Amino acid sequence: MSTEAHAHEEHHGHGPAPGIMRWVFTTNHKDIGTLYLMFSLLMFIVGGAMAMIIRAELFEPGLQLVHPDFFNQMTTMHALVMVFGAVMPAFVGFANWMVPMMIGAPDMALPRMNNWSFWILPFAFALLFSTLFMEGGAPAAGWTMYPPLVLQGGANVAFMIFSIHLLGISSVMGAINIIVTIYNMRAPKMTLLRMPLFVWTWFITAYLLVAVMPVFAGAVTMLLTDKFFGTSFFNAAGGGDPVLYQHVFWFFGHPEVYIMILPAFGIVSQIIPTFARKPLFGYESMVYATASIAFLSFIVWAHHMFTVGMPLGGELFFMYTTMLIAVPTGVKIFNWVSTMWRGSMTFETPMLFALAFLVLFTIGGFSGLMLGITPADFQYHDTYFVVAHFHYVLVTGAVFAIMAGVYFWLPKWTGNMYDEKLGKIHFWWSAISVNVLFFPQHFLGVAGMPRRIPDYAIQFADWNMVSSLGGFAFGLAQIFWLYIIFKTIRGGDKATDKVWDHAHGLEWVLSSPPAYHTYSTPPSEEQIEAQFHGH
Amino acid sequence: MSRQQGKYTNGDTQMSKSVTAIRGCVLAVVGVVLSGLPALAQAGFTDTINMPKGVTPISHHAYNLHMLILSICAVIGLVVFGAMFYSIVRHRKSVGHEAAQFHHSTKAEILWTIIPVFILVGMAIPATRAVIDIEDASDADVTIKVTGYQWKWRYQYQGTNLDFYSNLAQSSRDAINRGTNPAEVQHYLLDVDKPMVIPVNKKVRLLLTADDVIHAWWVPAFGMKRDAIPGFVNEMWIKASETGVYRGQCAELCGAFHGFMPIVVKVKSDADYKSWLAKQTAAPGG
Repeated sequence: MSTEAHAHEEHHGHGPAPGIMRWVFTTNHKDIGTLYLMFSLLMFIVGGAMAMIIRAELFEPGLQLVHPDFFNQMTTMHALVMVFGAVMPAFVGFANWMVPMMIGAPDMALPRMNNWSFWILPFAFALLFSTLFMEGGAPAAGWTMYPPLVLQGGANVAFMIFSIHLLGISSVMGAINIIVTIYNMRAPKMTLLRMPLFVWTWFITAYLLVAVMPVFAGAVTMLLTDKFFGTSFFNAAGGGDPVLYQHVFWFFGHPEVYIMILPAFGIVSQIIPTFARKPLFGYESMVYATASIAFLSFIVWAHHMFTVGMPLGGELFFMYTTMLIAVPTGVKIFNWVSTMWRGSMTFETPMLFALAFLVLFTIGGFSGLMLGITPADFQYHDTYFVVAHFHYVLVTGAVFAIMAGVYFWLPKWTGNMYDEKLGKIHFWWSAISVNVLFFPQHFLGVAGMPRRIPDYAIQFADWNMVSSLGGFAFGLAQIFWLYIIFKTIRGGDKATDKVWDHAHGLEWVLSSPPAYHTYSTPPSEEQIEAQFHGH
Repeated sequence: MSRQQGKYTNGDTQMSKSVTAIRGCVLAVVGVVLSGLPALAQAGFTDTINMPKGVTPISHHAYNLHMLILSICAVIGLVVFGAMFYSIVRHRKSVGHEAAQFHHSTKAEILWTIIPVFILVGMAIPATRAVIDIEDASDADVTIKVTGYQWKWRYQYQGTNLDFYSNLAQSSRDAINRGTNPAEVQHYLLDVDKPMVIPVNKKVRLLLTADDVIHAWWVPAFGMKRDAIPGFVNEMWIKASETGVYRGQCAELCGAFHGFMPIVVKVKSDADYKSWLAKQTAAPGG
């Protein structure tokens, strides 16, 4: 993405290789960051198209468009694509681009492994998408893949599992790279408690990834052997238990959702201080809160399983720990609001998305707390109330943070300012339509509409139509976003090094776009101090 | 928090006056809407947006906790979002506000850690009582074994020879096959050929299992759902306080027709239930 940069700073020598082989063989963190971000954008559109099919079928009662089994394939694939193809790679893309620059390092610690971490992804998704064209179709048991249902699938079971193995390897290698880079390659004087919060949140996220991706691999491998090699891990007739799968899956699955939100917290923590012109409130508290959330995320998993018939003690334990996780999360919200408080705010597009994140992620947090109350969850479980909750935290949470980060750092990456007026249009269009899309799903859930159904009773018709209209509008808004992004890459007003009036951080010392190789000589202590922003 | 004042460098400009006016209007609208809610509740509007209270002790537990947590969250939300919106309006560069530079307060951090813990404890106490009550299925008057199949339910009344399947009603099936407008079908997707029947005001214990994949049995008006897992037996109980017909659906993805295996329960008076049961168990084939 960066032009053949005239390195007016430290570096002499190698620019990027010419042509397409540059992208195949690159070991440069900026190039790899770009690859991840572009891949993620493509997957976002693909996953979004699947969501449009879902909302089109749900627009009115009756089965108009797709066979119920294909509908289940769409819901399953939509989730797998969004979680593993859009959200996670986007955050890895941000990590690759930003972490080395933010800590004053020349690149990631393990650049060749970095290249492999990315290039596994297209292969993994080729395996997954190939199932759409197989006999039996794509996996249709939900992204959660519960047995025995998932084992009724045909060829798609094996391909999906191999795809997941590849994705796990990619994530673990990437996480190791992040941890090793942060430990070993910080510039001298860049102490841990001077690192930008984005680096901290990715540091903690990387530990979560290393801890739980192997558990996920274990769970799906047990599915594989149950289906093809005669084991009975999840088959009662052979002495096993389907619920064992759920425990193993969600032991991965709950930390996984925090893997998908902690980097978002980091991005928002960079943006709000910039546009409030005020240091982040409670930096150390934010670090401890993030670490607490990560720790607690390991002991709440069975709140996804309150209806399986757990012993009373289990139901109570997981209710209490789930409620507890609201405390550090609340601390973070209060700290962001305190950062805004008595600041001097301007509302460029990154700030708009960050503020929308604050409000809407909090709403998602409230519905999460409600879901954690076991007796209430007996009503909410497997209804659209759950669907509303996780879309609020993932779309208006993680995805809005990604959008905020893209607008925030695109001028740095490309050297071109995006069109501010178009950015604001994208924001308002998205922010309004996303609420029309997901807020009514709370009502549908408490009114009794189960999830993962392609057709529904008449009393659910009105809110489904509203939700679908919001969905179509939200989808169109993202096509508009594609236009803004590519327009910016191709050209625009030239960005300064600092880009934003009150930007702080080592990345804003570098040129826009930065040289292909930066910080081959570490930043000086004066530079680090100057970017420190007073915490 | 530091006592520094953020300064307005050019006093109350025209801009900040109109912003204050807008803020006043917004607050007025919010006040009107909130005060209108009780009236709307009377009119049944909240039926379309809120959980039903239902007809069992368990549904009442769920409803009460739902309303409690929702109200607490609404208050917290109003406070937090109120502070945010106030700040967005007043602490902006365009009205000349200059940024303060405070960035920590141990006292604030302690307070907004401890106070939420107390609020959570306040929620956890009634929630704990409810869970203990819900998980006590002892001393039931009637026990029915419920088996989930792809894609229907089977009901076997324990202590009798009553054993029947409950399928999606033909009217719904015909509508799906012919593409009929669902609005013209009575209880579209929520009707069955043979409903479960239980007596009112009696504790009914359900033993849940499945034949093939995991299903879940759920009637919203009864406030409880539980998974039906092949090879295992789960239990739950219901004690309906009002006669009537109650409808629900399978609540665990179980294949292509997961959305097409509804549940219908007729709650009858004790006398009506006994005569229904007698007729069922006397007739050949059950």
